[in-house]
Amino acid sequence: MFRRLPDAPVLTVSIAVDGLEVSARAGETVAAALLAAGFGAFRTTGVSGASRGPYCMMGVCFDCLVAIDGVGSRQACLVQVREGMRVETQRGRRPVGS
Amino acid sequence: MTAEFDVAVVGGGLVGAALAWGIARAHQRVVVLDEGDIAHRASRANFALVWVQSKGLGMPDYAAWTKRSSDAWEDLAQQLKQNAGIDVAFSRPGGFTLALSEAELEARAHLLQRLHNQPNMVRYPYEMLDRAALLQRLPRIGPEVVGASYCPLDGQCNSLRLLYALHTGMRQLGAEYRAKHVVHAIDYQNGEFILRNTSAAVRAEKVVLAAGIGNARLAPMVGLRAPVRPQRGQIVVTERVERFLEHPLVTIRQTDEGTVMLGDSQEEAGLDESVGLGVTAAIASRAMRMFPLLGSLNIVRTWAGLRVMTQDGFPIYDESSSRPGAFLATCHSGVTLAAAHALVLAPMIAAGSLSADLDVFSARRFDVQTAA
Amino acid sequence: MSGPLIKDRYELAVIGAGPAGMAAAITAAEIGVDTIVLDEQATPGGQIYRAIGETPLRDPAILGEAYWKGTTLLEAFHASAAQYVPQATVWTASADGEIGVSVGGSVRMLKAKRMILATGALERPFPIQGWTLPGVMTAGAAQILLKSAAMVGNGRVVLAGTGPLLWLIAAQYLRAGGTFAAILETTLRGNIARSLPFLPAFLRSSYLREGFELVSEVRRSANLVRSVIALRAGGGDRLTDVTYRTGGGLEVTVRADMLLLHQGVVPNVNLALALGCQHTWNETQLCFTPALDAWGQSSVATVAIAGDGAGIAGAVAAEERGRLAALGAAFQLGHLDKVTRDRMAAPHQGALRQAQRGLRFLDRLFRPAKRFRLPRGQTLVCRCEEVTARQVRDAAAMERIGPNQLKAYLRCGMGPCQGRLCGLTVTELLADAHGVSPDEIGYYRLRPPVKPITVGDLASLPKTAADIAAVERS
Repeated sequence: MFRRLPDAPVLTVSIAVDGLEVSARAGETVAAALLAAGFGAFRTTGVSGASRGPYCMMGVCFDCLVAIDGVGSRQACLVQVREGMRVETQRGRRPVGS
Repeated sequence: MTAEFDVAVVGGGLVGAALAWGIARAHQRVVVLDEGDIAHRASRANFALVWVQSKGLGMPDYAAWTKRSSDAWEDLAQQLKQNAGIDVAFSRPGGFTLALSEAELEARAHLLQRLHNQPNMVRYPYEMLDRAALLQRLPRIGPEVVGASYCPLDGQCNSLRLLYALHTGMRQLGAEYRAKHVVHAIDYQNGEFILRNTSAAVRAEKVVLAAGIGNARLAPMVGLRAPVRPQRGQIVVTERVERFLEHPLVTIRQTDEGTVMLGDSQEEAGLDESVGLGVTAAIASRAMRMFPLLGSLNIVRTWAGLRVMTQDGFPIYDESSSRPGAFLATCHSGVTLAAAHALVLAPMIAAGSLSADLDVFSARRFDVQTAA
Repeated sequence: MSGPLIKDRYELAVIGAGPAGMAAAITAAEIGVDTIVLDEQATPGGQIYRAIGETPLRDPAILGEAYWKGTTLLEAFHASAAQYVPQATVWTASADGEIGVSVGGSVRMLKAKRMILATGALERPFPIQGWTLPGVMTAGAAQILLKSAAMVGNGRVVLAGTGPLLWLIAAQYLRAGGTFAAILETTLRGNIARSLPFLPAFLRSSYLREGFELVSEVRRSANLVRSVIALRAGGGDRLTDVTYRTGGGLEVTVRADMLLLHQGVVPNVNLALALGCQHTWNETQLCFTPALDAWGQSSVATVAIAGDGAGIAGAVAAEERGRLAALGAAFQLGHLDKVTRDRMAAPHQGALRQAQRGLRFLDRLFRPAKRFRLPRGQTLVCRCEEVTARQVRDAAAMERIGPNQLKAYLRCGMGPCQGRLCGLTVTELLADAHGVSPDEIGYYRLRPPVKPITVGDLASLPKTAADIAAVERS
């Protein structure tokens, strides 16, 4: 859905997304990293189960919610990637104890 | 000349809407006169419990009325599903009141004992549970919870959907609804009532005052009294979570939507509906002690509602003797009593008078008794 | 200048670090006002100057001159004595200056004698069928990804909508090597006639040259379709195609991997409304704007509002409003006398007028069409709670209700976004249904938290004995 421009800086950060290793650029948001890696949908809603992906990229729409390092419902567009971060797409209602 | 309407109900909240629905069901022409969009509306701010457990200390008739409503609630829910096409998510799995200390548990046990020992108290089951027994039923309680009281008659619903269902249903049954129609004066001429606002007048043979806090102002217009005061309660609600709680607790419940509601507070704050951080912090803190898993959940909204409180906390149901055909209904348990209002009280009003067993709820009980 | 330690008290709290926030902080700090800037983003710039200190884009020509103007502001901001706290989300503020902020994984309160809200704008909702499909984003989102992550859309990208930013974003994309399968312009033909009375001012403004260049640039390179009167996104669990119709009548479906929507920006009003700042409906800009005096002072004595949150007027106007709000605050705080304040303000008042010249023309030319503001049928109005236009219209047909009663009936506005993506749609749908103005309808009642905080966070805040007694009564 998105591609990185050819002369964009090198990707030096490694994160895990639903168990898959994904390379990211230091300083970019989790949402950007996921989109560049081909993840168009980040979650399914707790209302109807519909697929949702980022819409606004600025913290307003709450559609980019993922679990980061075990904490659910984080806005991926507001969190910067960190080496070793574990990201999980969120299916339906947030799991209890997450 | 016949009045436009058989009944004018002042107030479109849960009390007014339940009564209007019931009266419309009895094939009478009803109009509901309601406020505008920004209004106190306890109906939009409550905890949605259909609660029996500890009600009626000081008035056993209230316990009986409450139980009667709870027993009739499933019927109301079914009727609303049919007539309005809306499922109000009623369930009666039984409810708990948790104790966070031995002192709290003992106090609770004593309260319930006194309640059930009252003369003429309606009988229904309840249990006091110690921690071990409680863990069987609520495995996710926190380490500070020492026990609880449980009553199988306690339940919950989706009270916002209930309000929508009553409004939709009453409309289906031919009732009319007028928003932004705050009543300023009620005149009584030739056996009918004329309710005036700034621009219009509505004529009805009977009038029901169900305007919550507004009843205090309106009641004298029909020769009645409604000594009510606002009592603020604050609520916190979370994002949707996987189901972990089927049973309602008096201060924590998981809605049919999956969100978790946390309550509640009792504050004498006049008409101030602003949210107080300190109080909501106390609510959150106590809730976390009961269910530690709540800590990581995101809060999506907080709000404050104004309960419509009488001196003794019990409802007022009255009919006017100086203005026959004028009725008044007020309570702070509009959700629990919705069934009684819709299925028992409404037919009485449609028929023209309240039955004698509701005399105990008259505001006359607040008058100072004078020696004969 | 940036330090992790937040004090308990400040004279001035600036919320937001876009052009208005930065300018306000610079001016206030220069005068000696003890200032803190609380910014939800990780680096200053807001949205319009997003990533300005560190965009990974190598070629400066991509983003254009107007963007790079922000560098001067950024440098002055970094050099100022104002305390800058990034990744600090303000979730509550009260009229007496109590601010609740989430930062570093926990929440805390701080107190400010005065506040300047510079929370900017957000994209106007663009409710079309399928707008919640993965692959549909705002044009602004694409711009953020370009600026902050040097990314462009892959595959077949369709851009749709109206407004000056549409052309800017299209031009930036094309310069970066992005391509568009189609650009679908929804600008109403009739708007040209309605905007003509304001043309002279526009001709004298700087927007004329910039705008003309952008539009020419885009038209040379892209497949542009004008007068689009119907638009929908199709797909199962992600976007696969876009269907549109022009005034000519025929429906066209194009395959699409991405759809970028834009029909202008509107003030981000949530914090201001939760604070109790009075807002009124602006019929020209089709949104609610705060009631402000010449210093940006709102109806709440301790609160001023600057930038696009005060009314959409762009980056340069935002900067000037920020400076004026800071001067106003400095005067209120006793750092300046009236004469000095007015003297310092004069050049900024002039620059503000200059920056606003020509805007009324743009407002009218790019006024979004009613059909794209008032959805029908199964199109979602509230994305969070998945409430359809049909449900809203049915409820409105049944009773003359307002947005808060509607919220109670249908849950729209009850989700985490708190009406940011549905509030205007609901207000306009109700106004349309009841035949009254949006001002009469009003808006959702907003309360804290304006951004979510956890139960644990809330529980950690200070409580008085009275607070506890109100809760632990049994």
